[in-house]
Amino acid sequence: MRVMPEEILNISNLYVSVEGTEIIKGLSLTINKGEVHALMGRNGAGKSTLANALMGHPAYSIDSGEITYNGQQLEELEVFERARAGMFLSFQYPSVLPGVKVGTFLKKSIEAVSGNPIKQRDFRNQLKAAMQLLDMDRTFLSRYVNDGFSGGEKKRLEILQLVLLQPTLAMLDETDSGLDIDALKIVSKGINQVAPQAGCLVITHYQRLLEHVKADYVHVMVDGNIVKSGGPDLAHKLEEQGYDWLEAEA
Amino acid sequence: MSDEARDIVGDYRYGFHDEDKSIIRFDNGLSEQIVRDISAIKNEPEWMTDIRVKAYHHFVEREMPKWGNPEILNDIDFEAITYFLRSTDATEDDWKDVPEDIQNTFDKVGLREAENTWLGGITAQYDSEAVYHSIREDLESQGVIFLDMDSGLREHPELVKKYFGKVVPHSDNKFAALNTAVWSGGSFLYIPKGVHVEMPVQAYFRINAENMGQFERTLILADEGSSVHYIEGCTAPSYASTALHSAVVELIAMDGAKIRYSTIQNWSNNVLNLVTKRAHAMKNSTVEWIDSNIGSGLTMKYPAILLKGEGSHAEVVSVAYAGENQHQDTGAKVHHLAANTTSNIVSKSISKDGGRSTYRGLLQVTPKAHNCRSKIVCDALMLDQDSRSDTYPTMEIGNSSADLEHEASVSKVSGDQLFYLMSRGFNEQEAMGLIVNGFFDPFTRELPSDYAVEMNKLLNIKMEGSIG
Repeated sequence: MRVMPEEILNISNLYVSVEGTEIIKGLSLTINKGEVHALMGRNGAGKSTLANALMGHPAYSIDSGEITYNGQQLEELEVFERARAGMFLSFQYPSVLPGVKVGTFLKKSIEAVSGNPIKQRDFRNQLKAAMQLLDMDRTFLSRYVNDGFSGGEKKRLEILQLVLLQPTLAMLDETDSGLDIDALKIVSKGINQVAPQAGCLVITHYQRLLEHVKADYVHVMVDGNIVKSGGPDLAHKLEEQGYDWLEAEA
Repeated sequence: MSDEARDIVGDYRYGFHDEDKSIIRFDNGLSEQIVRDISAIKNEPEWMTDIRVKAYHHFVEREMPKWGNPEILNDIDFEAITYFLRSTDATEDDWKDVPEDIQNTFDKVGLREAENTWLGGITAQYDSEAVYHSIREDLESQGVIFLDMDSGLREHPELVKKYFGKVVPHSDNKFAALNTAVWSGGSFLYIPKGVHVEMPVQAYFRINAENMGQFERTLILADEGSSVHYIEGCTAPSYASTALHSAVVELIAMDGAKIRYSTIQNWSNNVLNLVTKRAHAMKNSTVEWIDSNIGSGLTMKYPAILLKGEGSHAEVVSVAYAGENQHQDTGAKVHHLAANTTSNIVSKSISKDGGRSTYRGLLQVTPKAHNCRSKIVCDALMLDQDSRSDTYPTMEIGNSSADLEHEASVSKVSGDQLFYLMSRGFNEQEAMGLIVNGFFDPFTRELPSDYAVEMNKLLNIKMEGSIG
């Protein structure tokens, strides 16, 4: 017996602009629970814009179209309410928070998202398991958030948050870029741990991430819209042939 | 935000007051007679009366400072202030003997809990005088003297006479003169040679009556090779009329001694806080001012350290929070008067809701002071467009061997930081609170952990309200 897919995100005919310039032009996409969607495309195609607009960045204006998240109109929710409702964005360029210790930040964030205080012992246990999974050193915890972090460390901290916050919709904005193969494997572990219980939107330039994270769907964005969707094969084809043939089609 | 913080109405939770049940309250206003009456009621030796009267005349003649906030200063009505108020007959050493409403007040400000858990001794001052005092027996048996200043003068007149006004003379400025004329209460602390006081001692200054002037006088002497951490806290009721707090604090760190002096200033906004704090640091000694200014309508305070002995070290770590109707004019002064002396100044200020913060600093290196090192870092964070932050650093460098570093920054909370935090479930106010606590972290990590928690709570309360 087939189980009915559980819809998490539905985007219909979405238009998004930044400072008056239209970036996303009529995009539609549905993500169900347990599905990993890879979103590929050249720089400037609108991939990051989509992720930021979904998370509610104030600089991105939704001009028309409809987004429902777990059956609710997304526009009605403030950024922090989206987070509390289970949405998560792994940032391409996460902010530095001087003076805010990673440990404190993570604990407060878990509490903010869940709306409940967490016992110190439970927090420690969750943290220990997640850091082991991602091969992270405890010294991370006493450093200030992203302050003086290398690119790879920043990405790992994003994935640590992903694993700890256990979102319903995980969006990863080029989390794989700039990582060596070992770091890539670690990041993939984090994504794979969360994926079965969530819908995942993985934005990437490279096919190599998809060797470690099994994507159910691959979408290609060109000039603000998805021009091609397919299975993992599509990613291989892009790797071999580039984007030119798609742009010609579009 | 904690539930505790949420329960508080407004952003100042110490604005309550007890009924004025003073047993003696002088008429408002200042005259030579008032000064003599203060001295008489305390049965002081004549030499102290003479110092007071001389200082009074200097105060009358002395001009108001022309910097800081002259508008507010020139508006002070010295005739509308009460210069002496006695609440209880004696300074008690058992809380049971302190009137109940006063006990409750010191309970509410958290002093009694701190006393029971981690302090080596406390003095609780209520308006003009100390109402309660305690010191751990083990400190007393090592010869540590910790008293309110009035008792200090009575019990150790020779020490007080020798050092009183030697670090901050009455002629230093108008408010030092005022304090010297009408001083009452404050702490007298002496640490004998080689004694290390492991648990901090604390004084708490509470203004209760309306139109009150509080003029405590503190003298700390750390003898050779000794060390101590002294903490002061203060709060006051919120009244519509002005209260004046004008303290003088004198520290002397003898050879090899270490004094850390921490302040958590949280006056209500109707208090003008005009304080002179200065230290002498002798050979190989260390003096640290850990100074926070969260409350008051106007604060003018620049903790100073004179590095008089070779190899001595100065540390000034300060934070200021200027919210609506607040001006924090603060800073640090370090004078390198001897060779191989070092100093480190960190100043952090936040302005919000039209608040104004000013850093005013002086670094001096005299020609004799060879091979000195100093580092100054001033960071200002502005939370909105209406607020203001100014920096006035002055350097007088008379010796070219000095190794100096000076960094200053003014920053705003970025939209990206807020978005990042909000995407992690924090509402705007919580996000601001985290950024602000982080900004002040170099300060709060110098505080004992209980007070660091308290400080962060205070700041979170300040973040409530107008954001959004």
